[in-house]
Amino acid sequence: MTENISAIISLVALALIFGSVLGYAAIKFATDDDPVADQIDALLPQTQCGQCGHPGCRPYAEAVANDEDEINKCIPGGEDTIQAMADLLGKDFIPLDADESDVNDTPVVAYIREDECIGCTKCIQACPMDAILGAAKQMHTVIVDECTGCDLCVEPCPVDCIDIIPEKQTQQSWAWPQPNGAGISPGQLIPVRNIA
Amino acid sequence: MSRRIWDFPGGIHPAQNKQQSVHTAIVRADIPAELVIPTQQHIGAPSKPCVAVGDRVLKGQVVATASGFVSVPVHASTSGIVTAIETRPVQHPSQINGPCIIVKPDGNDEWIEHAGIKDYQSKERSDIVAAIRQAGIAGMGGAGFPTAIKLGLHPETKIEQLILNSVECEPYITSDDKLIQERADEIVAGLQIMQWLVNPAETIIGIEDNKPDAIAALHKATKDTNIEVAVVPTKYPSGGEKQLIYMLTGKEVASGGLPSDIGVLCQNTGSAYAINRAIHFGEPLISRITTVTGDAVSHKGNYEVLLGTPVNALLAQAGASTDNASRLIMGGPMMGFSIHDSQVPVVKITNCLLAPTKKEIAPPAPEQPCIRCGSCEQACPVSLLPQQLFWFSKANELEKAQHFNLADCIECGACSYVCPSNIPLVQYFRYGKGQIKKQQAETEKADRARERFESRQARLEKEDREKEAKRKARAEAAAKKQAAKKAAAAASPASSEGDQTATAGSSSTTNNASGSTDTQNSADRTTALKSAWASATKRWKDTEKALKIAEGNGGDQLEAFQKKIEQLKAKADKAKALYDEAKSSTASIISAEPSKKPSDANDPMSILKKESAEDFAAWKAAQKLSLEAEENQSDDLATLRQQEAVLKQKSNASKAAMKEARAKEKEQMQAKKSAEDPTKQLKLDAAITRTKAKKALKALESLVPDHASYAILNTAYEKALAAADVAEAALKAAEEA
Repeated sequence: MTENISAIISLVALALIFGSVLGYAAIKFATDDDPVADQIDALLPQTQCGQCGHPGCRPYAEAVANDEDEINKCIPGGEDTIQAMADLLGKDFIPLDADESDVNDTPVVAYIREDECIGCTKCIQACPMDAILGAAKQMHTVIVDECTGCDLCVEPCPVDCIDIIPEKQTQQSWAWPQPNGAGISPGQLIPVRNIA
Repeated sequence: MSRRIWDFPGGIHPAQNKQQSVHTAIVRADIPAELVIPTQQHIGAPSKPCVAVGDRVLKGQVVATASGFVSVPVHASTSGIVTAIETRPVQHPSQINGPCIIVKPDGNDEWIEHAGIKDYQSKERSDIVAAIRQAGIAGMGGAGFPTAIKLGLHPETKIEQLILNSVECEPYITSDDKLIQERADEIVAGLQIMQWLVNPAETIIGIEDNKPDAIAALHKATKDTNIEVAVVPTKYPSGGEKQLIYMLTGKEVASGGLPSDIGVLCQNTGSAYAINRAIHFGEPLISRITTVTGDAVSHKGNYEVLLGTPVNALLAQAGASTDNASRLIMGGPMMGFSIHDSQVPVVKITNCLLAPTKKEIAPPAPEQPCIRCGSCEQACPVSLLPQQLFWFSKANELEKAQHFNLADCIECGACSYVCPSNIPLVQYFRYGKGQIKKQQAETEKADRARERFESRQARLEKEDREKEAKRKARAEAAAKKQAAKKAAAAASPASSEGDQTATAGSSSTTNNASGSTDTQNSADRTTALKSAWASATKRWKDTEKALKIAEGNGGDQLEAFQKKIEQLKAKADKAKALYDEAKSSTASIISAEPSKKPSDANDPMSILKKESAEDFAAWKAAQKLSLEAEENQSDDLATLRQQEAVLKQKSNASKAAMKEARAKEKEQMQAKKSAEDPTKQLKLDAAITRTKAKKALKALESLVPDHASYAILNTAYEKALAAADVAEAALKAAEEA
């Protein structure tokens, strides 16, 4: 009988100790943000374009984290992002929820035709990146390095002087193309084995 | 002198093809018709042009300054005029044009003032490193890493071995070989400067055993020095930095690490020569030795070329027929790249220019499927698994490729060389590396975008909060003001009411300010009461209507309705009583303070008029009420009648008062005017009487003759007419007078 009681007491004591340790840890090391939403947010391209129907990448990440939205809404991210999210969340890959015409793989940036700009500042207010420089009645221009090509500035422009153009390729941004595969002669490779 | 030579794994033994260009002496290339000097001839940030179009530049003058740590300045290779600063085809496999400074040589080849540093050992080491940087020296073996950065070591870094890389393992290239043969002393002098800079335990020159003349020259030049010449067996790619370090020291540079991490510094032969020229002669890097070879070239050999010389000018001098050449290759056949345009200039990294015929280097054969033979793995000098990397790069499985250490690939091309299926493995690896780099850049950009977006959101929120706070502050201020007003109003009615009950006319004791506010307040209150009265009456009327409807429908809640109506009526009456009271008090205040209320006091007529109008309206309303009551056969008809009568009296009284006042006013005006001008007055009188007569006539005409008031109006008209005549006569008399 006493053994039973001592066993119960010791178990209760252990439970209390571990419970208090765990409780303390839960308070001490609590994370403020949703770590899943953070991880999803890290996968998104951060264009803040709103094409997913959410006001920015973070809200979409939160919606996905809370199972309120599908993982296939990010058009700028494309299939790579869907795949990455599917891997992260243990979900099945689903094709992108967009018309083919909406999908554009080439990186784009906004371009202001500066002759036509009237300096209304509407695009500046629309830009989620603060990537447009200008002041009232002064010509505006896009800071190309910061532009994500979300095209949110195009619609508010009263004189339609903003174009979305493909990003200009530089020597720095250039990368070797993938060879065409079996059966085709590689383009730029120097065939060293043929040296006599 | 027996240094142990370690052997790195893999490697290949391609045909050397060095004999074609090694037998002629170095030829000084002609000054071309135009120099195209790219602002980027090195790894790192492009230099910034510091000359303008039209400027005359001298040989050795800086035309573009370094912009950043990993950058070096660029110098004019000869004297001439800057004709343009624009983008031109440059030495880049992307075939994208790069910024260039175009100089038209004047043929004088006039040097800028320059002098070497005498007795450099007495100077600060950092000054010498800065001088090397200012001379624009970047690694001349092919990568173009700024030499000064390699030499500007962290003070704590201890260099054990300083290695001069004279291996030159790639086929065809003989530029270092020839340079050593002809200028070994100068190279050793440059190496000694580096020795002094980094103070190594031992200094080794690594050279392949296929260059006996160069080895002999080096032995001769290093006779009285502590520099060791180490001969390594010929094997491609023993000239790779990491491979050479391993061969000479047995030490391996860690993945992603630098040679200086293991106490080794490796420099190129050409760089040593350039350092010597820069320190001892003050000459910046403006020319280099370039091997021009390939079967399409008739005068194969090494040329000392001014940097910026277009390739086609050099080839023309070497007697190359571009028609015969299958392609143009800058660098060696293993690691070089095809150039698309013969306008591309010779730059700091151009150690070889290869113009092979189609027979010599045929167009690449089609790629075949991988047969998993494993030859590439045997050839890889870095012990990678090229076949695995190939699959991953092909399938875009970049993460796996990274796990298989794609980043450690030195792109030497040994795997492609041995591949029986002609797979362009190096290109796959370059593709994979490029994609990884791109992804990293995208992640970086996304992070930056997120940061910007979040800071923007924070800013907008802050602005909103500030606006909200401002609005709140404003609202609070307004509320306070209102409260203060109310408090004042609550305090003053008591006193003003006391005044009112005490006297109507003797409120002269009240001071001006409070008096006027009282008037204002009581007027406000009157309007409020009026509206209360109106709404109460309306409700009463509405309920009555509802009662009627209920009666019609034979509803069973008639009693309740009636009760309610009575209540409402009582309320309405009360409201009216209050309103009347307030009105009378207002009136009394107004009349009591005629001089204190400028707008009203100055014009007693308007007050009287208003009063009479109000009284008249009240009477009319009462009349209406009584009529309605009559129709409804209400029981309080008698009281209503009484009220009506009272109001009528009041109205009449006020009307009379008004009339009196008007008459008085008229008299006053007339008196005033007659005093001014009798004729005018008479004229006015005549006009007034005439108008009166006309009015009377009009009224008369609108009535039927048998109406009760016809007779009265008729007499009035006749009177008016007579008065008009009299007035006119008087006027005439006056005028005549």
